[in-house]
Amino acid sequence: MALPATTPNVRVVTLTIDGRDLSAREDETIIEVCRENQIPIPSLCYLDGLSIWGGCRLCVVELEGQGRLFAACSTRVAEGMRIQTNTEKLQRYRRVIIELLFAERNHVCSVCVSNGHCELQWHAQKCGVDHVSVPYRQAAYPVDSSHEMFRMDHNRCILCTRCVRVCDEIEGAHTKDVMGRGSDCQIITDLAAPWGDSDTCTSCGKCVQVCPTGALVKQGTSAGEMVKDQHFLPILARRRHAQ
Amino acid sequence: MSRTVTIEPVTRIEGHARITLQLGGGGEVEDARFHLTQFRGFEKFCEGRPYREMPALTARTCGICPVSHIIASNKACDHLLSVSIPPTGEKLRRIMNLAQMVQSHALSFFHLSSPDLLLGWDSDPVSRNIFGVMRQYPDLAKDGIRLRQIGQSIIETLGGKKIHPTWVVPGGVADPLTPEKREAMLRQLPEGLEIARRTYDFFKTLVPKFKDEASHFGTLPTMFLSLVTPQGNLEHYDGLLRIKDAQGRIVEDMVPPEDYERIIGEAVEDFSYMKFPYYKPQGYPKGIYRVGPLARLNNAQSCGTPYADVALAEFHMLQESGPIASSFHYHYARLVEIIYALEMMERLLKDPAILDHRVRARARSNRDEGIGVSEAPRGTLIHHYRIDDDGLITWVNLVIATGHNNLAMNQAIRQVADAYVDGNQLQEGMLNRVEAVIRCFDPCLSCASHAFGQMPLRIELKDAAGQVVDTLSRG
Repeated sequence: MALPATTPNVRVVTLTIDGRDLSAREDETIIEVCRENQIPIPSLCYLDGLSIWGGCRLCVVELEGQGRLFAACSTRVAEGMRIQTNTEKLQRYRRVIIELLFAERNHVCSVCVSNGHCELQWHAQKCGVDHVSVPYRQAAYPVDSSHEMFRMDHNRCILCTRCVRVCDEIEGAHTKDVMGRGSDCQIITDLAAPWGDSDTCTSCGKCVQVCPTGALVKQGTSAGEMVKDQHFLPILARRRHAQ
Repeated sequence: MSRTVTIEPVTRIEGHARITLQLGGGGEVEDARFHLTQFRGFEKFCEGRPYREMPALTARTCGICPVSHIIASNKACDHLLSVSIPPTGEKLRRIMNLAQMVQSHALSFFHLSSPDLLLGWDSDPVSRNIFGVMRQYPDLAKDGIRLRQIGQSIIETLGGKKIHPTWVVPGGVADPLTPEKREAMLRQLPEGLEIARRTYDFFKTLVPKFKDEASHFGTLPTMFLSLVTPQGNLEHYDGLLRIKDAQGRIVEDMVPPEDYERIIGEAVEDFSYMKFPYYKPQGYPKGIYRVGPLARLNNAQSCGTPYADVALAEFHMLQESGPIASSFHYHYARLVEIIYALEMMERLLKDPAILDHRVRARARSNRDEGIGVSEAPRGTLIHHYRIDDDGLITWVNLVIATGHNNLAMNQAIRQVADAYVDGNQLQEGMLNRVEAVIRCFDPCLSCASHAFGQMPLRIELKDAAGQVVDTLSRG
């Protein structure tokens, strides 16, 4: 979903991405233009249909003439922008970001219900993460299995907040939120109550479908069986926007 | 002056172990112990996980026999669900379990033990391995590799991968069998059976040459534990527990697997990470028993397939009367079971119902305790879980096939050491026999300790004061 336009009359800008001359609406973000033009950029917190969070930093790109990196999901295009999306430096940064995500919690792919259908796993493979060079934190996290239909495994959570945003922006329930600071952050239900005790959860399952990993899954699934379907999201988002 | 001989690592087995032989002043063996030196902790770190993750988690105890853990774990989960799985789902699970039996038994016989049997206990240790067998007996080595490949390939056809497949799930299996896959598996079975029968016939000609080993390699008056069908026949997937004593008298029969705690206790010794299961009514360590192919054939009245039944009859003739006592004959029993597994797989695959699409029962947990028991290649495997109201594991007990044989393995190495080890003049061949008796049991120590790593062996020779005077080690 695009950031709200700054002016009613949206102009078209021209820019280059990886040497390709492109044009785009000025209210679009770099990642949107890349997706429209089939230029692959990895991302975890960004999801078409949800507001921008910019937390995972996996979509970082280089802008010519700028000393720092920019998150493609939260940076609007501008006239004359020259963007690089896949330099050696970016590849290195992305690998480290994914390694840090793996080291932060206990992502054990082989036994995970999302094995083979996990966005973190796909990106790790695509970015060439064949080992984790930082020490694992190995902190123990609980599993909230109190909900009749769904389960939250904090060990697999990367704090992308997709679940928080979809619950608030699309379902309108705002059951999920984030508690704590830094590495102690944790997704909570209501005021940190067990999910099964939630008064606000409508059991719609949108949070489960948008979760990129095996953190939010359906009950009754075994290793590798949790396949997620996110096609509903842009459709619902457009309808919400049209209301 | 007494001494201790340490064999470390024990080679050509699965996992890490050490053997120590305590020698008296005259060089005679005073004590022999089998130490499992690895530790893993599966029973502890599975706590807090959703029970549906247990089949995939516990399968990681082993890369040789993951299917056995997958089967036992899923059966424990079936118990938690309180469902009976669709008949086709059960048959498909049986096929995978039998394929596992073929590949694991082939590995044990051809790759790990045949070098001793074919090249000799005292042959050069440098070439006393599968590569040495390939040089001198290329056809037999090829047979072994092919037989294992057939077992692995059937596991892969059913489960999508050879090691740690996730196709077996609580309530049945994930997908029904397609006609193409059935044909692909059926095509391989005649060749497998031909190899198995050829090897069996060849091994029969070797057995008389090993009379001495047969009488000293763990020839123990123990009981035997295994699953049997309600009719008392050979069973690997389901069934009821039976215990026979050394004289062949049935001590326990038709015990529902859920009642295993009534008959099996687990003792702990400070010299090994492997527990020491025992038959509870007789106490520890008197309640010694063996499991695995030898126990299964000793307990079964019949296999139920033509060639295997002939082989079973010949197996029973290895001894004048009573259950076969020598652990050396584990090898023989393994070959009989390979024949049985191949025959039974063919029978199951030819059943028209095997293509039925109803292969999975769906339910949520309906009880807080689940027990799953099956026969792994090495013996009876027990998975026992407790869960909370949310389906999270609160307690795990894994009684591993190799663990049941722990008491017997300790006695067996003592017997072999008594017969072959001369403390005054240690020779490599003597110590290889001590290792070889362990190989008869085909222990999987990674499973038994819920541990990790490879299987090295070390022998230490200690004097009466406990000082190490000689050491042989490998790996």
